[in-house]
Amino acid sequence: MLGTAIILFREVLEAALIIGIIAAATRNVHKRGYWISGGIALGVTGACIVAAFASGISELAQGMGQEVFNASILGLAVVMLGWHNIWMTRHGRELAVQAGAVGKSVGAGAEPVTVLLTVVGLAVLREGAEAVLFLYGIVAQGNTSASAMLAGAALGIAAGVAVGMALYFGLLRIPLRFFFQATSLLILFVAAGMAGQAARFLIQADLLPSLADPLWDVSAVVPGDSIAGRVLHALVGYEPQPTGMHMLFYAITFVVILIGMRLGAPKR
Amino acid sequence: MSRMLSAAQSLSLAFGVVLAPLAHADEDLKLVIENHVFVPAEVRVPANKKIRIVIDNRDATPEEFESQGLHAEKVIPANSKGVISVGPLKPGTYSFYGEFNRTTAQGVLIAE
Repeated sequence: MLGTAIILFREVLEAALIIGIIAAATRNVHKRGYWISGGIALGVTGACIVAAFASGISELAQGMGQEVFNASILGLAVVMLGWHNIWMTRHGRELAVQAGAVGKSVGAGAEPVTVLLTVVGLAVLREGAEAVLFLYGIVAQGNTSASAMLAGAALGIAAGVAVGMALYFGLLRIPLRFFFQATSLLILFVAAGMAGQAARFLIQADLLPSLADPLWDVSAVVPGDSIAGRVLHALVGYEPQPTGMHMLFYAITFVVILIGMRLGAPKR
Repeated sequence: MSRMLSAAQSLSLAFGVVLAPLAHADEDLKLVIENHVFVPAEVRVPANKKIRIVIDNRDATPEEFESQGLHAEKVIPANSKGVISVGPLKPGTYSFYGEFNRTTAQGVLIAE
């Protein structure tokens, strides 16, 4: 039961942390709770569909459909997060002012909530599909311990959600003056990390060369499959043994979004 | 410059534009998953060469092949095969495992 809890915890952790960041970063978006819940619901539905067609997806692109699919989802999420950040540099200041006024929602010119919905949905979809497949495996085995394992799964999911919420409430404690800079910086790192992950899938599919493998190795310091490694992975794209291509994707994404944020910043 | 170019190509890839795969790997390595155990659990491969690993899951449940060192993460559905590309690897020992049955599904790959 504990083993199942740990697996599910790992699978939901990344999505939970991303939702925690997005929920904090969009604290002023009108009725964002509905949009985030909607994104989660869509993501879970999508995850079940993807899991159901897992065999079919795997067979696409000469057996590399899973990799291309994951890389595409990550690429789309990177674009959405980058766009969010560039939008925020334009409107962040007015949001910070409005955040002070209790109950005041952002009116005209507010960020389209579809971006929020999409990022949350994609995060849940990608991680969720693996969780659904795993749970399906438990049920399919049909052994007597299935109910205990499912209880473990629920425990693992609850623990993952708790960590995401802890991050959310932690972020809310950041003073308003720095709040949007802090969440934007975090989102910049998350986006760069996702781009690096996309590169990893494309290398696995033999669609890209690794360039250098590994570029460096700090797995003895913080192992990638430890809890700390996974949290850092979700927040800043930590990878203990990155390939050259991974870091190239990471760096280019980071710089491109940063330039976009500079260009998007209001002129004084 | 060529790095920039390949990055541009890969970015377009990330949006679903599929280019032709790169030159095929030289070696095919076969792993079988049966009763949540890898057979063989220890494999030797040549170092500094790109390798294709074919994972044949003969169990009725899905498995996720994972390895930090090999940068591998792939779900292999029940009763089906999955292929991944790894390397070129530096000489050394790389552990891999089945994420969904980690207590039994363990293995090492030795590049030499």
